[in-house]
Amino acid sequence: MSEVFKVTSRPVEKHIVIAIEGYVNNLAGERILDEFNRWTAEGYRHFVLNFEKTQLVNSIGISILIEMIEKAQELQGSIAFCCLLPIIAKTFKIMGLTQYAQVYETEAEALAG
Amino acid sequence: MSANVSKRIELEIPIAHDNELEATRVADQLATEIHLGPECLAEIKLALVEGILNAFEHSGSTVPKVRVEFAVHDEEIEVVVQDFGQGFDPSERPSLRPLQRRGYGRLLMESLMDDVKYFTSPQGTRLVMKKRLPKCA
Repeated sequence: MSEVFKVTSRPVEKHIVIAIEGYVNNLAGERILDEFNRWTAEGYRHFVLNFEKTQLVNSIGISILIEMIEKAQELQGSIAFCCLLPIIAKTFKIMGLTQYAQVYETEAEALAG
Repeated sequence: MSANVSKRIELEIPIAHDNELEATRVADQLATEIHLGPECLAEIKLALVEGILNAFEHSGSTVPKVRVEFAVHDEEIEVVVQDFGQGFDPSERPSLRPLQRRGYGRLLMESLMDDVKYFTSPQGTRLVMKKRLPKCA
């Protein structure tokens, strides 16, 4: 019953854009965190997570995003989210993520942010 | 609130990774039939996922399945997640602090649905969630 999940990432100037596709559960969250850790090891500190191709993020997946926000804070870096469906934006707000990470309509706005 | 049920669907879901998505696919089909709006559907699906994950992870059930029911009434849709675990005390709520990593499932369900109730005993827990349909068109 597994759904295809894909994560890709690329540097854009000082940022890393992580594009996420599919259902974000615990395993998908760990994949995103792995990607974050790989780039921070290379010295990057500012991340944009693009959820354009994601329709569902569960609370376990979000708990891993919280871990990522904490690590970014420790590194004096930043996490921004973009291209959120209303349900994902609402979920992030309920869980308090929007107090610690900026939310943007588009990837371009997040990169300019 | 009318007790008339215009549509009822029941399914059993084996406890296994990602099987919660099986129930969301049924919700998708039901939403098409009753012309549920996409945002309302998305909220019901996430509440359903959280209810099923709680049952999978915390029920302590030796019966490796949960039962899910959808009932469409005149003015609301009712979503039930039944596990066969040990029950719990619904009055004990996890204390939440900023950036806490776990314990948000119940908060999400209660935020996304209009009514959430637990009927729990040592034989299992029946989670009953309701969403008012007039808000969902």
